[in-house]
Amino acid sequence: MKQIVCIVCPNSCHLQIDEKTFQVTGQLCSRGAAYAKQELLDPKRTLTSSVKTIYKAHPVVSVRTTGEISKTIIPEVLAALRQIVIDKPLPRGSIIIDNVADSGIDIITTSTLDGE
Amino acid sequence: MTRYDIVIIGGGPAGIAAAIRSSASNKSVLLIEREARLGGILKQCIHDGFGLSRYKEKLSGPEYAEREIEKLKNTAVDIKTLTFVSKIVRATNGYQLTLITRQGIERLFAHKLILATGCRERTGKQVAIHGTNPSGVLTAGSAQYYMNILGQMPMKRTVILGSGDIGLIMARRITLEGGLVVGVYEIKREPSGLTRNLVQCLNDYNIPLFLSKTVTRVFGHDRLSGVEIMKVDETMTPIPGTEEYIECDSLILSVGLIPENEIAETLAVPLNPATKGPYVDQGMETLVDGIYSCGNALHVSDVADMVSETGELAATSAISIDAGARKLIKIGFNKNISYLVPSHLDCDKPLNKVICYFRSSACLTNQTLKITVDGLLVKSIKYKHVRPPEMERLLIDFSNIVSPKKILFSLEEST
Repeated sequence: MKQIVCIVCPNSCHLQIDEKTFQVTGQLCSRGAAYAKQELLDPKRTLTSSVKTIYKAHPVVSVRTTGEISKTIIPEVLAALRQIVIDKPLPRGSIIIDNVADSGIDIITTSTLDGE
Repeated sequence: MTRYDIVIIGGGPAGIAAAIRSSASNKSVLLIEREARLGGILKQCIHDGFGLSRYKEKLSGPEYAEREIEKLKNTAVDIKTLTFVSKIVRATNGYQLTLITRQGIERLFAHKLILATGCRERTGKQVAIHGTNPSGVLTAGSAQYYMNILGQMPMKRTVILGSGDIGLIMARRITLEGGLVVGVYEIKREPSGLTRNLVQCLNDYNIPLFLSKTVTRVFGHDRLSGVEIMKVDETMTPIPGTEEYIECDSLILSVGLIPENEIAETLAVPLNPATKGPYVDQGMETLVDGIYSCGNALHVSDVADMVSETGELAATSAISIDAGARKLIKIGFNKNISYLVPSHLDCDKPLNKVICYFRSSACLTNQTLKITVDGLLVKSIKYKHVRPPEMERLLIDFSNIVSPKKILFSLEEST
């Protein structure tokens, strides 16, 4: 049995998972069971960060992954983000990197960059 | 003088939600914000986890804010940004506001007020740290502003004092951006942030958390060069002989948030010492008729979704017909509960869907919350774990109760 605290929502359920059968107990919803199994096999996280722009009033724009990525590729994704400088106005949700680190997940902007 | 039925002060998530809900009536509504842009603190909260209950999605702070602002822009609400409320005085059937705007001083009349003024961070001046006054000592919110809005990282080797959520989130952010977080030091015996933040911000990146330890002194002339850490006893008093020196160029303070109620105080709105926000009924109306409070000005919430919810509750009661004299009953609670919002029930307001928020006074397991009215059990809920940093929310139907005298919330060990 492994103890895992679910981080999907603020309920922070205390889960117990059997390492062989993947039987999960302690969750308030089905997301908890899926989380515990994933956490055991290949922990995944949503990554949020920011990338540089050329605009003085908005020197950075906030970004995130469209879904969860393996914790192991986080350094590679951050290195890719550091190479980017945005030089045009972008609506919220614009794709900055498509299929980042071949994860099937994109990086999108999470705020409007109006270019002022 | 311009007259409004409802004036909302503060354009963060609570004020925006209150404005949107108010506009669903035929009332004239004005939203006042002192910054250039709406959205409040959400603008700099680029981490995710917002909107899980409101949008059923895991959004970042800016996304949550922009979605709310887009809904607001589709309403007839008047919005004044870069506007500061300098004075409010009582007038016949309402309030007279003095505003400072880019155009100069302006006066207007409000029949009702919704205070959505948010909260402030406790600063170094409010915790006992001795020593010099070097640069490099900043609050978690300031560090967040530097990194997420200005795109600057004014730290390489950081000590974080306090395990509040924004401190934990900044520990992760600094680490991901190439800085070193030496450790997070918490004076209490229990961490003060949400468990999920302890897991995904500290454990994920092997950032150590030290409990029952605090920063007692800072060193450095122009720039911070290090801090002194000491162990504390049960009364949170530093224990002599436990001093250790830690070299660092920055000290981030994440030592609590205080509701901002300067305007409420000038209007003699009674404040609850447990929340530092106004006492309110289930419609978020303060003990002063016609003044409502919501969001983090009312009590510091864990998540933005609940902040928006209290804004909507305030607006819903502000737009309803004035029933005249209110029938207020104070809600009682036992020692295992540190505070309860609302603090009062108004028997002349709707009683069927009363939303209550509470925090436990300690980390407890296997508890049952029993809600009784005049000795009769109305609701009973079981909790496996309750922790003070994690706010509990409930929906209670009090509509079957006729002229109640005593309402009691009692959190007890399950039998």
